[in-house]
Order: sequence, then structure tokens, then C-alpha cells
Amino acid sequence: MGLLTELRSSISRATSSLFAGSEPKRIGIYGPPNAGKTTLANRIARDWTGDAVGPESHVPHETRRARRKENVEIKRNGKSVTIDVVDTPGVTTKVDYKEFLEHDIEEDDAVRRSREATEGVAEAMHWLREDVDGVIYVLDSTEDPFTQVNTMLVGIIESQDLPVLIFANKIDLEEASVQRVSNAFPQHETVPLSALEGDNMDEVYDTIAEHFG
Amino acid sequence: MPEMTTGDDDAGDGIQIDMISAERMDGLRTMEKIRLILDGVHDDNIVILEDGLDPDEESKLIERTMSEINPDGFTGIEIETYPGSDGGDGGFLGRLMGSDDPSKLTVIGPANRIETLHKDETLISTLVTRR
Repeated sequence: MGLLTELRSSISRATSSLFAGSEPKRIGIYGPPNAGKTTLANRIARDWTGDAVGPESHVPHETRRARRKENVEIKRNGKSVTIDVVDTPGVTTKVDYKEFLEHDIEEDDAVRRSREATEGVAEAMHWLREDVDGVIYVLDSTEDPFTQVNTMLVGIIESQDLPVLIFANKIDLEEASVQRVSNAFPQHETVPLSALEGDNMDEVYDTIAEHFG
Repeated sequence: MPEMTTGDDDAGDGIQIDMISAERMDGLRTMEKIRLILDGVHDDNIVILEDGLDPDEESKLIERTMSEINPDGFTGIEIETYPGSDGGDGGFLGRLMGSDDPSKLTVIGPANRIETLHKDETLISTLVTRR
């Protein structure tokens, strides 16, 4: 990183923390495709504002643009914390339009979706480097968390000195293993939840208020 | 530190492996490193970095990879890093076997040709397919 860029970044972070008390913090929801990021963003937004953030789908890369829900005020134990929730596209190192064909999507649409997905991942990486104040890293707890993308992403988040919470999602499913997720990232607090069913959301909001408040 | 390239460009069904030393990467700026990696991957080579990339470089590698994906050919990269353990006798090949390194050996290849079959603390098993 160049000296000028580094200086600009330091000034930007110092300014952010100076106004931290008055501005809502932008909390990026990151994770691999199909971990349930949009379902979680919608759950948080609906619970506290009544509106959703975006459409949910079992098709990977349904979220192809970062979407922001501003001024979500979460009230816990007599205090309140206001955050902007940024739902980001699932991060990956590869996108093949043929994967969309398996979900009964026409070829032209699949090509368009894959192009948008690649732009979305690049955009998500840019947000992570420049525009978020904290990260909720969402993992599907039925899947192996020891993947290269997860390791790299958590490493990138740590290198930015951003506060991070690991959310082990989909605990309503029989194959879920929260322990496997906590073992993968023992340096961070892991919170189990089902964003779809709304399981354990009290602990989710307590932890968000505590970490990002 | 050794730097070696195996394979033969003329061998149409061969697999070229580029092993790039930490020394060579040290002299490059971020975009030069990314270009070196992606140019190799675009040529269907497997690129092995002795010393890996730092998180900021990894972030930019993902971003750059995304911008180069196209439906007619390049579908992205497969990447695995292998953090070294304490002890061992050193050396690039020694590190390849995981015997010594505080840094992280990194294997990168074209997503449509390389598939990680198994990875644990002591082994990365990878299947590389020909064109």
C-alpha cells in the first residue's frame, strides 16, 4: 500500500471513530454464497423496521449487488444501537454460468447472472476494504467451515481491524454443527441462529448491541 | 531460494507448474504479483507461491479475478493456502512437504482444471485435470 493511500486510510478511520457516536455504523453481512446472509438481513430489518432488504433464494448469487438498510435501531436492555445493515453478495473465487443452468435458468439469463455475480463479489470486496465499520460473517453450520474462501475472508477482515462476529446459521437443520464453526474460528465469538426460523434471535441482538454499540 | 518451472509449453496435454519463490515476489508491487499469478492461471498453469499473499493482496486478487471471468472461458481460480508449522529443515521443497515455514505456501490454479479433494493440517490433495 502506498504511503499516500495508507495516510488517507488512517485519516478516514480516525474521522470515522471521531464521529462514531453520532453516525450509524455500517455493518457488512459477509459470507460464502447460500449461507443465509439475505435471510438474516431481512430478519434484522423486518424485526426493527418492518421492511425487508432484498429477495431470498436457494439459487446461489441471488444477491448480486450490496444492499443497504439504513438506520436500523436495535434496542437492548434499555439501550439502543443504530446500524446500517449492508447485505453483500456471497464471496467466491469462481463463478461459472453453467451452475445457474442447473437451477432451470435459461442460458442468456445465466450468463447475465454470472456477469452480475462477478461484479457483485468485486463490489463486496471493495466495501470490505473501504466502507464497513464491522462485519457479521455468516456461515451455513451444516457445511464445512474450513474452506479457503472463509479463511481468506476472515483474514482480510482481521487485517482491517474490523470488529467481527461469526454467525453459525441454519441451526434448525439436523446436520448443523455449531461446534465445528466455533472450532474453525476460535479467535471470534460464534453465535448460533436460524435466520429463517428466527431461532436464538435474542442472543443475536444482544451480541450485535454489545459488539457494535 | 530456488525458482523453478516445470512442464513444456509445446506439450498440449501437459500441465505446467510454476513455483515462484518468496524472493521473486518480494520485489514486486501488489498488481505485479496479481498479474504474475493470473497470467499463469490464464495459461492453464498451476502457480505455487512459496510465501503466499498478504490479506490486502488476497482481497485484490479476488476482485481482479472477478473482473476477468467471462462466460466463454475463464471461470475463476481455485486457491489453497497451507500455513507452515514450526520446526523442520527448511528449503522450498521441504516446505512443499510442510516441514517448515512461518509463512503460507499457496497453490493457485484455474477453477475449471483444479479441484481440492482433501485438505487438513498436514495434507492438501488436489486433482488437476488436463485440457
